[in-house]
Amino acid sequence: MNSTLKYDLVVIGGGPAGMAAALEAKKNGVGKIIILERAETLGGILEQCIHTGFGLHYFGEELSGPEYAHKFIELVEQSDIDVKTDTMVISISKERMVTAVNNQDGFIQIDATAVILAMGCRERARGALDIAGSRASGVMTAGAAQKFVNIDGYMPGKKIVILGSGDIGLIMARRMTLEGAQVKMVCELMPYSGGLTRNIVQCLDDFDIPLKLSCTVIEVHGTERVEGITIAQVDENRNVIDGTQEFVECDTLLLSVGLIPENELSKQIDIDMDPITSGPVVNEMRQTSLPGVFACGNVLQVHDLVDYVTTESQIAGLGAAKYISNPNNDDSRYAFTKGGDGVRYIVPQKVNINSKEEIKLYFRVADVYLKSKFVVSVGDEVLIEKRKQKFAPGEMENATLTLEMLEKIKENDEIVISIKER
Amino acid sequence: MFYDVAIIGAGVIGSLTARNLSQYNLKVALIEKGNDVACATSKANSGIVHAGFDAKPGTLKARLNVDGTKKMADVCKTLFVPFKEIGSLVVAFSDYEVETLRELYQRGITNGLDADSMEILDRQALVKLEPNISPDAVGALLSKTAGIVCPYELTVAAAECAATNGVEFLRNCGVNSIKFENDMFILSTEQGEISAKYIINAAGVHSDDIAKMIGDNSINITPRLGEYALLDKSVGNVVNHVIFQCPTEMGKGVLIAPTVDGNVIVGPTTVEVDNKDSAAIAQDALSNVFKSANKSVPSISMRNTITSFGGLRAHDVTSDFIIGSSNANKKFINVAGIASPGLASSPAIADYVLEILKSIYDGELEKKSDYNPSRTEPVKFREMSDEQRRELIAKNKAYGRIICRCETVTEGEIIDAINSPVGARDVDGVKRRTRAGMGRCQSGFCGSKVMEILSRELNVPINEITKFGGKSDILYERTK
Ligand SMILES: Cc1cc2nc3c(=O)[nH]c(=O)nc-3n(C[C@H](O)[C@H](O)[C@H](O)COP(=O)(O)OP(=O)(O)OC[C@H]3O[C@@H](n4cnc5c(N)ncnc54)[C@H](O)[C@@H]3O)c2cc1C
Ligand SMILES: Cc1cc2nc3c(=O)[nH]c(=O)nc-3n(C[C@H](O)[C@H](O)[C@H](O)COP(=O)(O)OP(=O)(O)OC[C@H]3O[C@@H](n4cnc5c(N)ncnc54)[C@H](O)[C@@H]3O)c2cc1C
Repeated sequence: MNSTLKYDLVVIGGGPAGMAAALEAKKNGVGKIIILERAETLGGILEQCIHTGFGLHYFGEELSGPEYAHKFIELVEQSDIDVKTDTMVISISKERMVTAVNNQDGFIQIDATAVILAMGCRERARGALDIAGSRASGVMTAGAAQKFVNIDGYMPGKKIVILGSGDIGLIMARRMTLEGAQVKMVCELMPYSGGLTRNIVQCLDDFDIPLKLSCTVIEVHGTERVEGITIAQVDENRNVIDGTQEFVECDTLLLSVGLIPENELSKQIDIDMDPITSGPVVNEMRQTSLPGVFACGNVLQVHDLVDYVTTESQIAGLGAAKYISNPNNDDSRYAFTKGGDGVRYIVPQKVNINSKEEIKLYFRVADVYLKSKFVVSVGDEVLIEKRKQKFAPGEMENATLTLEMLEKIKENDEIVISIKER
Repeated sequence: MFYDVAIIGAGVIGSLTARNLSQYNLKVALIEKGNDVACATSKANSGIVHAGFDAKPGTLKARLNVDGTKKMADVCKTLFVPFKEIGSLVVAFSDYEVETLRELYQRGITNGLDADSMEILDRQALVKLEPNISPDAVGALLSKTAGIVCPYELTVAAAECAATNGVEFLRNCGVNSIKFENDMFILSTEQGEISAKYIINAAGVHSDDIAKMIGDNSINITPRLGEYALLDKSVGNVVNHVIFQCPTEMGKGVLIAPTVDGNVIVGPTTVEVDNKDSAAIAQDALSNVFKSANKSVPSISMRNTITSFGGLRAHDVTSDFIIGSSNANKKFINVAGIASPGLASSPAIADYVLEILKSIYDGELEKKSDYNPSRTEPVKFREMSDEQRRELIAKNKAYGRIICRCETVTEGEIIDAINSPVGARDVDGVKRRTRAGMGRCQSGFCGSKVMEILSRELNVPINEITKFGGKSDILYERTK
């Protein structure tokens, strides 16, 4: 195929984010849409998450990952949205020329009016951690293990230690136990877990798997297959406390030490990036600093709940539809959001104060805060105050700017969210 | 099984030597205890082609380094191995150290380097070449003929060339003992007995153990661990040359260098260890590496590390290469103590070993008429233009399926790597030949796909695919 294809909207990534964005764009009148997905099927990471816990917010029922995904896959199939799976996007240009390859059409070039980035994220690997020892087999990311177990149907280990208590780590602790493996412990460097409370209860407590906080893995033993690890306690600066080293016999170390938005393509077009989220800087419609290019889902910020991914992606889909119908009509005047005390980041990073709709801000806190409140303010003026029993870095919070509030905000104002004691 | 020559060890030395011998009408075996070529020191080193000013004048090291580096560009070109003559800088941090640079320059001249291949730079000239260099750097010795090479790719390429020309590669074939009877060596190996008229001992850190098998106790290897951090391509141009630190009483410091693939390598440390079979890195290895590296380039940071690893130097007490016919049996050639700059010297070492073999061989070595000094050029999708990619996929659809997203490696390349003359048999073997799994996600994404392709191409169940042979299994039985 040598000629360049022409589409109104190209969506890169066919996970929940890409599908929801494409459907919403379609609903809002966009003509030619195509989703490019490098896996064999649509569904993204959800295809391997066979546990339930998806869709509580959005569909009001507990679905498994594939069930949640299939609701969207069906809708995509019923629509006239084109889909190419097994198709990897290898580059995009500032002029929104998308280049992809697959083994059916070969080399594909698409000229797009708008592009939605929905590439999801990848897991942080061992390299970034200072773990001593050998290169023995038996060390892998929890997501890779999840794929082996849930998709390929093979056990990657029998005696397992999990480093990192994010949701994937917690879910894999339960999964491996149910498959007959012995999960010896979950170690977490921080003094609190990065996962959802419900996952700690349902995945660890219910199976008597110890969660060791302020604890890390410092060495892997074994020359061919892992034969054990050394763990140690860490102090408040995350330095190993001498004398607390302990050998734990195991054949597998699963890493669940964080997700990194997959923004290699975004970097090719030089859009502004947020160093904290590792995703693009976006406005309230999830448009990046390059007009016509939008981002949503895990590529924008790491989400723990797919429901929020869907909501966010619908905004991006609507934004793209508006852009496509009128690319040059931009009367936006921006104010900027900023994380204050205790708030790590806020998405979107900028908001159009001329917006005709209310705007929801999503944010994450930096630590565990009990009996506190969050405060949204501009200058001295407090716009929102909300109390909560507990804030945790693992749970995404949100705050809504009403039209009334937006009226009070001026161009270039800073909208600050901070955590305060009550 | 009978051979004219048995080469023990398929590192860069054994493999290049095998290639050299494959020019002749000889039955040659390349015997390796691991599951692949380049599975020991030749896979884990700095990959620097040293100019040759470092070695002590008069030593074998000095002679073979200078000669090897001269030959490297040509060997790499013939074998389609990436080699870049990017030059090296030895950085001085005080006027006293500038004196040392002058000594190194002089030593380079004595070792036979061209005077105009080296230059002592002042700070200003240094900063022009290396904008990120430390404010404490006062000058440097520039050496234009130093370069970088991919050590495992060179080893694989040499072995493939040798195999194409008839050398038999025997993997998982550790040599346990050697007898000499009726003018013939009988090697007892994990794969049974092998007889050979001549032996070339290129067993790296184990070369002393192999020599002892014929009663040669003259070699004494103490392994020295070197630990590294490998940085993401996003910081790929933090340095443009190989950056050494001027050696001091405190040691040599670590080097910082680009790799031929666009990453940055930082290391090595020097740790005396006792286990010859484990290159496990020590706790705090990375912080030690960066502490030293920051002396040269303060901005370099551990945060950009994508992987860390260790390699074992085959250090002999004499500190020189030990190459020659053994006193215990002249038909047994030692190529031992090949510590740094063994890689840089490797083309010259292989030539030297051939000379020695010729000098002891019963009769004349006969050249083959159909010797091919090259190998099939591997496809590298990531380096192709869009036009080339379009054509490639049109010819073979397997090149349109990308398996490793970080390094843009296609299914076609992985299939080629498995089916090449010295094919990959495990995940690490695919990784070294194609770079699948060497990127920033470190195979989190493609690991299972690579295993599926190995399983399919080799026709073995997926749970028999290992990381690097032996008991390095990845999967156990099926789930319930
Ligand atoms: C292990 C795990 C457990 C989770 N558990 C829960 C839970 O219990 N409940 C819940 O509500 N949420 C859960 N989540 C969160 C939620 O599922 C994710 O946040 C959501 O799937 C993210 O959607 P996405 O579309 O942004 O990313 P993904 O689902 O990752 O989709 C991105 C897609 O883009 C494709 N892609 C990337 N780059 C390219 C390219 N260059 N070319 C073509 N295609 C490309 C990828 O193949 C992928 O299919 C979990 C997430 C994980 C990882
Ligand atoms: C930290 C470090 C940094 C270095 N940096 C550089 C550099 O920048 N430039 C440079 O020029 N050089 C460098 N070197 C040196 C260079 O890596 C070595 O000189 C070179 O790789 C040695 O190759 P080899 O073939 O002798 O050994 P190896 O690659 O170790 O090969 C020996 C092989 O013999 C096999 N073997 C052992 N015992 C048996 C047995 N009983 N039966 C069968 N097979 C056996 C082993 O499995 C192995 O595959 C460095 C070395 C280290 C450790």
